Amino acid sequence: MNDFENLSISSAIEGLANKNFTSLELTEFFIKKIEKNKDLNCFITSTFDKAIEMAKISDQKIKENEARPLEGIPIGMKDLFCTNGVRTTAGSKILENFVPFYESTVSNNLWNSGAIMLGKTNMDEFAMGSANTTSFFGNVKNPLGSKVNKELVPGGSSGGSASAVSSGLCLGSTGSDTGGSIRQPASFCGLVGLKPTYGRCSRFGMIAFASSLDQAGPITKTVEDSALMLQAMVSFDKRDSTSSRQSIPDFSDFKKLSIKGKRIGIPKEYMIDGLNSDIKKIWDSGISWFKSEGAEILEISLPHTKSALPTYYIIAPAEASANLARYDGIRYGFRHNADDLNDLYQKTRGFGFGKEVKRRLMIGTYVLSAGYYDAYYLKALKVRKLISQDFEDSFQKCDLILTPTTPNVAFAIGEKQTNPIEMYLNDVLTVPASLAGLPAISVPSGFNSEKLPIGLQLIGKPFDEISVLAAGAVIEESRGF
Amino acid sequence: MTYVIEGKKDSWQVVLGLEVHAQISSKSKLFSVASTNWGSDPNTQVELVDCGMPGALPVINEYCVDQAVLTGLSLNAEIKKMSIFDRKNYFYPDLPQGYQISQFEHPIVGRGHINIEIEGKVKKIGITRLHLEQDAGKSLHDQDIKNSYIDLNRSGCALMEIVSEPDLSSPIEAAEYVKKLRSILRYIGSCDGNMEKGNLRADVNVSVKREGEKLGTRCEIKNVNSIKFIQQAIEFEAKRQVDIIENGEKIIQETRLFDPNKCETRSMRSKEESHDYRYFPDPDLPPLIISDEKVISLKEKLPELPDEKKDRFMREFNLSSYDAEVIVNDQGTANFFEKIVKGRDSKVVTNWITGEVFSYLKKINKDIKNSGIAPEKIGSLIDLIVDEKISNRQAKEVFEEYMKSMDDATTFIEKKGLAQLSDQSEIYKIIDKVLSDNPKMVDDYNNGKEKLFGFFIGQVMKISKGKANPKLVNELLVKRLKE
Repeated sequence: MNDFENLSISSAIEGLANKNFTSLELTEFFIKKIEKNKDLNCFITSTFDKAIEMAKISDQKIKENEARPLEGIPIGMKDLFCTNGVRTTAGSKILENFVPFYESTVSNNLWNSGAIMLGKTNMDEFAMGSANTTSFFGNVKNPLGSKVNKELVPGGSSGGSASAVSSGLCLGSTGSDTGGSIRQPASFCGLVGLKPTYGRCSRFGMIAFASSLDQAGPITKTVEDSALMLQAMVSFDKRDSTSSRQSIPDFSDFKKLSIKGKRIGIPKEYMIDGLNSDIKKIWDSGISWFKSEGAEILEISLPHTKSALPTYYIIAPAEASANLARYDGIRYGFRHNADDLNDLYQKTRGFGFGKEVKRRLMIGTYVLSAGYYDAYYLKALKVRKLISQDFEDSFQKCDLILTPTTPNVAFAIGEKQTNPIEMYLNDVLTVPASLAGLPAISVPSGFNSEKLPIGLQLIGKPFDEISVLAAGAVIEESRGF
Repeated sequence: MTYVIEGKKDSWQVVLGLEVHAQISSKSKLFSVASTNWGSDPNTQVELVDCGMPGALPVINEYCVDQAVLTGLSLNAEIKKMSIFDRKNYFYPDLPQGYQISQFEHPIVGRGHINIEIEGKVKKIGITRLHLEQDAGKSLHDQDIKNSYIDLNRSGCALMEIVSEPDLSSPIEAAEYVKKLRSILRYIGSCDGNMEKGNLRADVNVSVKREGEKLGTRCEIKNVNSIKFIQQAIEFEAKRQVDIIENGEKIIQETRLFDPNKCETRSMRSKEESHDYRYFPDPDLPPLIISDEKVISLKEKLPELPDEKKDRFMREFNLSSYDAEVIVNDQGTANFFEKIVKGRDSKVVTNWITGEVFSYLKKINKDIKNSGIAPEKIGSLIDLIVDEKISNRQAKEVFEEYMKSMDDATTFIEKKGLAQLSDQSEIYKIIDKVLSDNPKMVDDYNNGKEKLFGFFIGQVMKISKGKANPKLVNELLVKRLKE
């Protein structure tokens, strides 16, 4: 049997087309691998029977020369995307037994492109977390922990997705990014994670955390794979009023795009206190790679960067406090025994939600309350506009912005658990692009002294994912591994 | 006449403001494609958004937006180029999302006004705003001893909340305001205005004050669903407030409910207990933008509204203000009237419509538009009366039967043998018979018992089976008796 562990999506497509192997072989390989690596806890629900059924159909299509773009490619689906007939939990007890009777647009697009679902990947509860330690279904382990003999977090919230791709349990996976939930775990697991422009991917059927920020995207091994998966995921969707009608390019065209003459902005405000020195070094390397590719490097200023994290931690919880109000035990999901209505609400939500979710719901409720709204929520909206304006101004001068993805590399499970602020700081470099709705990618760029991966982030202009991918490819080619 | 409540010590004025909730007559809901059909089996008209499923998203129904704009235009109001949908957060079992999508700070329609008429005087009532919002579902507590049930068919239906200024100062004004508003909504077709089905209901804000004083503390009476109840609720509530103040106590701002059985209002919750709804802009919905072109094209679709129609009817058909008001209140009636009145006496036509036709409609519980009554059916009957082929009294007696028959007026009257007897010699024959049959009475009459005149008339009518033209009988009898 072939070893498909290090296979990329693009090479798998080639292998399938050349009949080097079948989708069924691929799929069975990953099923076995998932079963062998249960200790990583990447999947909440596996859908092996469905995967085999889909693989057989794909093999038939390939045989008949009717292969769709991702025909026969086994992937993991973050358990935030509603899948028809397949349990969808958002990592929460409150949806422990929830089986949707509808399909999210993003997952539907992937199935229509021929992708195969191996299962639903673990995640922080309702995507609230940066270490995948808030899931009701347990922590996810980062496979790279074995390098340092520690149990490391994979990052979050798309921790199960990142860990699964990193450990070769699937060829790619979907993630969702609200403040860094694709880019940060990708960085921690040595993967490419892309958050498209807000509105590129439909949010229909994606369980909402913070509606004005949530955006689906791929987690893959290579930039090319990222483009392939992104292509399948995006669409204008009339069922999502915030879905964009912007024309969709062929993302693989990033390969034709030269970075020569492009202006890369380096924001001085991202040189934060506590930025790991190894990461700083890699950032410098990144700058030199772009220089030698003929890009122009210029220092830029995004003056409101330091307000981004507090702004994010007001807006996201505020929206979440309303988005999660529907989980009340009345119509579906977990319901606790109760004496009366208030008791029902209190016990259902009290026992159904985990600690971090409850913390954010309380923050969100607080900042929207009468007497506090202006000081918190309204102010946060204003600062959000300023942050967007910062980017807009900078993009007058530069085409892309290069920053580290995270201030630190993957840490041990159990660390940063005492003070929530410490955990929130993980998102400090990813949150600004989220607030501005901009496309951003994290690309593995080097390692720290312990051989743990370090990712660099590239932020692009609205709907300019192609340039972001092209710049990502420069890092891939220049980094020397 | 000003409405005044005489307390034990002082005279009091009432200040009223209404928040009318009007369900938009649309096929589907405000943010989903589920049907709005009334009276279907519970929970059969529910899409993902309407039951708050995870990952469900609202998508605005453009038809509902158009109806709100049309309504705004008909209320002489400002149409906002940009409005915002907000989430109004509270927990309730029949509120599946845990919030209602509404409009708080930036409604779709701003200031406007409508005119009402009280005792012949026109009063302008200010409209503060109109906004769009979702209706909630329905909790059913009477199906089972232990459990409550929820029907989400109504969940997500489009409502317009129309808020008036505190310009109303009597129960009758409030009633006229709601009637006028309902009439306008029906004219443009944005709301059925059926209060029994609950697709028009009002929250009534009531406060009282002495003349010259500033506005008093108000209480809000929630969800009053008939015009009669609105009046009763105001009367009770205003009196209650006067009693409290005159006893030296203060009005507590609160939400109250009207109990139509006891005809009283009861406290529901005080201001302190009221929800903090934590309104904020719904991130699932971009701002609602309305183009000038849209407003212009909708303006062109506006029909002649009740006030314009009334003016025209008064001008063209010489109707009194009161009659015109009654006729134009319902568009169907106005159209019906206009079809009949051409070439006929408008007063007679008005009387017949507001008299016999209205009471017949009430009996069959239909409005004129869907009653199936052809205007010519009434018109031809009126013609026969005017031409003295049939008496007014006879026409009224057989009206119901005539309405049910398939015959035109002439045929019906012939079949019934009702045609009026106006032949002089025939009438003389009957008169002569009556007089010769009652010689003693004739003597008494001639000796001064003039009251017997009525007896002779009665006898003639009886013999003619009511067909004799009464005017002619009168005339000829006088002549005969003089001879």
